[in-house]
Amino acid sequence: MKILIVDDFSTMRRIIKNLLRDLGFTNTAEADDGNTALPMLQSGNFDFLVTDWNMPGMSGIDLLRAVRADDRLKHLPVLMVTAEAKRDQIIEAAQAGVNGYVVKPFTAQALKEKIEKIFERVQAK
Amino acid sequence: MSLSKDPGQATAQEFEHSLKDNARQLVDHLEQGDFAEALLVIHAINQARDRGLYHEVGQLTRALHNSIVNFQIDTTHALDDVNDTSKISDASDRLDYVVKLTDKAANRTMDLVENIAPKVSGLGAEATSLRADWQRLQRREMAADEFRELYKRMDDFLDKVETISTDVSGDLNNILIAQDYQDLTGQVIKRVITLVHDVEESLLNLVRMAGQVDRITGVSHTETVSETKKPTTKGEGPQIHADTREDVVSGQDEVDDLLSSLGF
Repeated sequence: MKILIVDDFSTMRRIIKNLLRDLGFTNTAEADDGNTALPMLQSGNFDFLVTDWNMPGMSGIDLLRAVRADDRLKHLPVLMVTAEAKRDQIIEAAQAGVNGYVVKPFTAQALKEKIEKIFERVQAK
Repeated sequence: MSLSKDPGQATAQEFEHSLKDNARQLVDHLEQGDFAEALLVIHAINQARDRGLYHEVGQLTRALHNSIVNFQIDTTHALDDVNDTSKISDASDRLDYVVKLTDKAANRTMDLVENIAPKVSGLGAEATSLRADWQRLQRREMAADEFRELYKRMDDFLDKVETISTDVSGDLNNILIAQDYQDLTGQVIKRVITLVHDVEESLLNLVRMAGQVDRITGVSHTETVSETKKPTTKGEGPQIHADTREDVVSGQDEVDDLLSSLGF
């Protein structure tokens, strides 16, 4: 299981990386916005994407849309972990095809639940 | 910065009074066919208007200048002396300092946690393995050689517990100390808030003065406040007062409710 963590703040990437390691996911890579993440995804055999929304360069929602528009990546599970908390935005992300949405500040428990739920669904398919 | 609430109010009123008086005179002169006198009155009106205008523009310029002086906005970028630094660029520096300090504290805390975590889980694993052998000893299933080995391991383990608990207490203390950024950044942010408030007040005063200029020149602005919706793709960052706003969720539970209502 290879996971890409995309967030412009290195501290947040580090927190997510640590929480993922606690959940048993040790194979992670990091990117600081959509522009750096997309080529990594296209060439890196990632199984899961965790992304922030608000980032300089390419935002998380645009990254999500680019992933869904790419034939080889469109089935990649995407979890959004973001401070964006407007209802319109959550609906927008859902319509763009997000698999899970966690609002910051979040707990380790919330992140764990969402990730497990996404994998359950992916495996059920 | 203290400007009177409506700095140009008196000038504008004075001009309007003289306009009224002159208008009556103008009508009288015109009705009497005295066009030369009428033209003189028109000239006088123009002069009064110009005088008011110059007065207001002068005040506006002065207020603007004062604002700039008060904020010491540095337009030269030639800073020889620290005292020359403008309050605005000082504020950005200060906020930069907040970013750096919070970043440092977060990383320091995570370093310490990452340092502690494997030590503690290592102790746990060793205790589990010792317990298994300890139970064999209790059940008298242990040979003398094995017992000597267990005896030695137990001794090492106790030594280790002692050392590691000292380490962990030290690290926990350092985690506590790493939270001192809150005090420092809090003070800095409060100062920046005061500055923003001052700037806002000065700008409001300038707007009021500019309004008086408009009154004298008779200029009316058509409101062009564009209600164009901001594109959301860039994101807005954390929402303030989320609990009192209808369009914002106040936590993960509401996100989950919203998504499940969408069929997630």
